[in-house]
Amino acid sequence: METGNIDAIVLRVNELRTYFFTRRGVIKAVDGVSFELRRGECLCLVGESGCGKTVTALSILRLFDSPPGRIVGGTVCYNSTDLTTCSPQQLRRIRGKEIALILQEAQSALNPVLTIGDQIIEQMRLHLPMDTNEARAKAVRLLREMGIPSAEDVLGYYPHQLSGGMKQRVLVAISLSCDPRVLIADEPTTAVDVTIKAQILDMFRELKEKRQMSIIFITHDLGVVAEIGDRAVIMYGGKDVETAPIPDIINFPKHPYTMGLLECLPDVAKEVERLNSIPGMPPDPSYLPSGCAFHPRCPRALDICPRQEPPLVQLSKEHKVRCHLYG
Amino acid sequence: MAEKNSVLLEVKNLKKYYPLTAGIIPRHIGDIKAVDGVSFCIKEGESLGLVGESGCGKSTLGKTILRLEEPTGGKIIYRGTDITALDKDAMRRFRKEMQMIFQDPEASLDPRMTIGQSICEPLVIHNIGDDKQREEILTQLLLQVGLEPAQANLYPHELSGGQKQRVGIARALALNPKFIIADEPVSALDVSIQAQILNLMLDIQRQRGLTYLFIAHDLSVIKYVAHRIGVMYLGRLVELADKQELFRKPLHPYTEALLSSVPSVKTKDRKRVLLPGEVPSPLNPPSGCRFHPRCHRAMSICSSEDPALKEVSSGHLVACHLYRG
Repeated sequence: METGNIDAIVLRVNELRTYFFTRRGVIKAVDGVSFELRRGECLCLVGESGCGKTVTALSILRLFDSPPGRIVGGTVCYNSTDLTTCSPQQLRRIRGKEIALILQEAQSALNPVLTIGDQIIEQMRLHLPMDTNEARAKAVRLLREMGIPSAEDVLGYYPHQLSGGMKQRVLVAISLSCDPRVLIADEPTTAVDVTIKAQILDMFRELKEKRQMSIIFITHDLGVVAEIGDRAVIMYGGKDVETAPIPDIINFPKHPYTMGLLECLPDVAKEVERLNSIPGMPPDPSYLPSGCAFHPRCPRALDICPRQEPPLVQLSKEHKVRCHLYG
Repeated sequence: MAEKNSVLLEVKNLKKYYPLTAGIIPRHIGDIKAVDGVSFCIKEGESLGLVGESGCGKSTLGKTILRLEEPTGGKIIYRGTDITALDKDAMRRFRKEMQMIFQDPEASLDPRMTIGQSICEPLVIHNIGDDKQREEILTQLLLQVGLEPAQANLYPHELSGGQKQRVGIARALALNPKFIIADEPVSALDVSIQAQILNLMLDIQRQRGLTYLFIAHDLSVIKYVAHRIGVMYLGRLVELADKQELFRKPLHPYTEALLSSVPSVKTKDRKRVLLPGEVPSPLNPPSGCRFHPRCHRAMSICSSEDPALKEVSSGHLVACHLYRG
């Protein structure tokens, strides 16, 4: 059992591996990722395209296409249930009800031929013992809480009548409708403008603080991470290369990739003559480099790096890194 | 060579309206005022950054300057020549000097042409050199943007996003232009690749003495590449200033809000100006100052009178009633 009193663990992902078996070969999208999500925290999964952050999120709820995808190893523990092996019936009771997912594009995540009201109420009626009127009242309350003006009217709108920022709020309202304990948000701020982004980040911060929601926030934007995250998992080539509290990640990054990411980021608060870019490009998950996947781009690569996968090194209680430079 | 500080391009009260029609027999019911009276100038060798949120007209402005979209009104003056009304043949001469780098390298390259063909196409169109000379130019261009000459025979789908954007840059450089408009050149790229492309663009600017109009929604990117920054809101330029000045002392309440909402790794707990609401439709912009419904410092004059862009201190222009120049 866990010690967990204050930092109670809600969800634990252990050595998760999700591969896609295609005709062109095996794509190791997620290749050994471990983290735990604590109650009331915002955990950020950070990485560039193809690093496996979205597939990790989808694997938690087994929502990827299968075949070709398959979880080939590891566990996802929620309430002593292993979500990677439980029955479809069990999983259906958890999806949306206990663990809710907000997908990347608000545009494509909403059904264009159903009204906003129908889409919120559908989920509540499915999971909760509620009649339509109760569900409707709750939907209005949720939309208001999300800062949507004239919420009653919005229930009758179709998605195309709303702006991008509003659609994002509706999606959050839908995901909260069954009072889930865990919220997984996949790049909820990428497709929206800066001023709207700030509004949405504020909304997430409030969810965390007021509802004690546990949030897994997936993003490529370290600026966003610094704004709302408590801890971050930096991903590269399907692996969690560094896990630490946000201040440590930003001020004392240990993995050369994390350092590179921070240095190549143009930042409004920085005065730099020249950005330090990481050479090369993120690896194709179907042809991952041997050993440490980052070694071809790493400025501090050792002889051992191409030959052997680096072990997970526990630097301190809260700081883990996968790199041969340590340990 | 380029004399410093001479004006390369001047835009005067530039407008681009898209007419909106309705009915079976189309009837004009209004205009989408994408760009509505924008004036500024760019000096030789400088980078002017344009920022704004989606729908503010920054991309339309870029295209209108190159006359890829025909302006509805106003003037575009390039090195002393008014190019607004030039016919096709006369315009072609100027096109050589003004090139564009597009946002989506995926969409801006022809999938059926090798990248060598794509880069050489402008040379063919403008009848420059013979095959052998073009080959030489191509090799040099590829090397300059950090690609291998052997990659000329590849097709776009064989390249990564960052490499495709390098091809886009090489193509824009093929005619040896003086002025380049870059419309969100890095927004489609991964962070680690963004820095590579931005550095490349800065290097090329130094080597060739280029002038950039750099359009982006990302203030941190603009801050890195631009000398001066213009902020757009709903088809208007609301503030224009030196980079340092703008970041140190933003005057327009919109600029202030924009600067404070950029997520940053470095600053903690800074004062945030959260904007209520969203950008209104350019079809029916608010009366007076277009920003007044979202402005936390709005006064009664703001809803009735449209503020003009005026210089309030040396080189710092703002369109706001709070400042009376």
